[in-house]
Amino acid sequence: MKVIDIINGASLFRLKRAVILGVKSLWMHKLRSMLTAMGIVFGVCSVIAMLAIGEGASYEAQQQIKDLGSQNVILESVKPTNNTTAGEQERSLILEYGLTYHDILQMQATVPGVEVTVPSREVKDFLWNRTNSVDGVVLGTVSWYPKMKNRDVLRGRFFTELEMASSAPVCVLTQSLARQLFPLDEPVGLTVRMRTSYFRVIGVIEDDPAVAAAAEGMEGTSQSSGEGMEMMVPMSTLKDHFGDVLFKYRSGSFEAVKVELHEVTVRIEDPDQVKPAAQAIQHILERNHKDVDYKMTVPLDLLQRAERTKQIFNIVLGSIAAISLLVGGIGIMNIMLATVTERTREIGIRRALGAKKKDIVTQFLIETVMLSGAGGLLGVALGIAIPVIITHFAGMKTVIEFWAPAMAFSISVMTGVLFGIYPAFRAADMNPVEALRHE
Amino acid sequence: MSRRPDTDPVIELRGVEKHYTMGEFTVKALQKVNLKIYPGDYISILGPSGGGKSTMLNILGCLDQPTIGEYFLSGSDVSQLSDNDLSKVRGKELGFIFQSYNLIQQLTVVENIEVPLYYQGVSEKESREIAVELATKVGLGTRLDHRPNELSGGQQQRVAIARALSCDPAVILADEATGNLDSKSGSDILRIFDELNAEGKTLIMITHDEAMAERTPRVIRLKDGEVAFDTYDQPD
Ligand SMILES: Nc1ncnc2c1ncn2[C@@H]1O[C@H](COP(=O)(O)OP(=O)(O)O)[C@@H](O)[C@H]1O
Ligand SMILES: [Mg+2]
Repeated sequence: MKVIDIINGASLFRLKRAVILGVKSLWMHKLRSMLTAMGIVFGVCSVIAMLAIGEGASYEAQQQIKDLGSQNVILESVKPTNNTTAGEQERSLILEYGLTYHDILQMQATVPGVEVTVPSREVKDFLWNRTNSVDGVVLGTVSWYPKMKNRDVLRGRFFTELEMASSAPVCVLTQSLARQLFPLDEPVGLTVRMRTSYFRVIGVIEDDPAVAAAAEGMEGTSQSSGEGMEMMVPMSTLKDHFGDVLFKYRSGSFEAVKVELHEVTVRIEDPDQVKPAAQAIQHILERNHKDVDYKMTVPLDLLQRAERTKQIFNIVLGSIAAISLLVGGIGIMNIMLATVTERTREIGIRRALGAKKKDIVTQFLIETVMLSGAGGLLGVALGIAIPVIITHFAGMKTVIEFWAPAMAFSISVMTGVLFGIYPAFRAADMNPVEALRHE
Repeated sequence: MSRRPDTDPVIELRGVEKHYTMGEFTVKALQKVNLKIYPGDYISILGPSGGGKSTMLNILGCLDQPTIGEYFLSGSDVSQLSDNDLSKVRGKELGFIFQSYNLIQQLTVVENIEVPLYYQGVSEKESREIAVELATKVGLGTRLDHRPNELSGGQQQRVAIARALSCDPAVILADEATGNLDSKSGSDILRIFDELNAEGKTLIMITHDEAMAERTPRVIRLKDGEVAFDTYDQPD
């Protein structure tokens, strides 16, 4: 009997009528209903939009870090700032600092799992085509550089191990440099001159993604400043042509600098061993170098740091979402309590005409859920539209994860239930006699 | 003078009292009420202000329960029912007509008439048929989709009558049903009541209008919460 009663009460037909009734009641006060739902609309919309923007930003950051290679440890030579042996150095007139071949040999010998290394060395000078020059950089490196750095060779090819062994005078240009030196011609097969040496172009490689991103940000201002204007030659070729000591004539004074390696990328075979290996490398460098004339970057560390940042961001976001939905929920509860008071008479009438307490509860609960549900839907729509608009007009990457709108919507409905229960029960608990007497 | 019929009563109050406690005072709004109402009765309940009329209506209407005593409605004791069962009895066995019509503003004429049917779980189609038929019966067949605020007072009260009839109740309770109406509309309503009684409906009207006493065969007067006069108890 009881069970049948409940099934009857929950039947689809009654639910449908209750929903229609709810729509009518809400429609009576259109403006009020709309304003009440606004709290939920903005709560849901801001959560989805912020999530999408946050996801987009962290996706881009992670992509950039991944481009560096999550199994890599990147070492760079840095001119020491507080040079403790300055007196000695000045006497020899040659500033000597940075990573050495010795460092690398030691790493390969003592750190387990060091797979390959990409040493590179750079010489900054003018690079010439037949008639014009570009302020650029010659990068001495190894044949596996593109693979390790995740950079594609766009035309021609990269140099081979054979060319490394024979110190072949060949070079690969970055896309930007190729465009500057040979704007009209196919660069592969042509010749680039630096000082008195000639190099045959065998390929074009894509720009460093970091440089490309920076250049995109400030529309071409960096095009001619040497940034990204790289010419890659075999390590041995560079050494043959320019020796170990580099002479720079900059701002009126000579400066002699000896740097063996400007950059070394170490790849660790086992992804789980990146951290201990990085520590071992750090130890070697600390032992070999009195001054901190190197910089170590562990992309995996950066990645994890980025992930941690994202987690914190998500917690903050979650709190904001919770607070905004709480505020929206309180708004709904407030209005529903006012509505219940305002409709006391109606409640009395319904009770006199046979409505049970649970009928009254259902009626008001349906109204709050419809309010919050409608608010949630509108919020989802806006929350999806805003990131799309941002991406379209500001070019910022945004990522809408499929679960975000679904979750935000169901939470908004739950908010309606949660904050609707008290007003609904208050309505149902009214004494019918007093409710009927209510003005 | 009307005589007490021989049939079983539809309503029987036995020793019903209603007490209100206000601090140290206890107000006896009804006391020692013994009353039998028979099918087809047409009753006016009269009395001075504070005599207990409203309290009586609330108890008869199952909106409130007696402090002491028993209330039999259609043969079963409703004085001890749960709130849930009481709601059901109200919807099924009783029809209410109020002084201020008490229609639901957001609903149309038909929808208002359908409300008791909805709570009784009558199907949409059937309840629509009943509602249209009753609306036509009270002369509002052309105003089915109007809202209460588009109707005159007399029309609204006719909607309320149709609504009270929708579940075919055993008893119809009217509380000052003509109190808010001009004399023309009021007498229209009273004529409908007469017709309903002629069809065999049991009607109980609460009023302070002495003229009503002339109209109904049975009159009950309340004074200080007690039944001071009942036509059926008068010697012939
Ligand atoms: N809810 C209540 N609380 C306290 N006293 C009440 C309440 N309702 C009615 N009374 C008292 O009961 C008595 C009868 O009231 P009522 O039934 O309203 O009479 P009538 O409708 O004939 O004017 C009055 O003295 C009134 O003050
Ligand atoms: Mg009264």
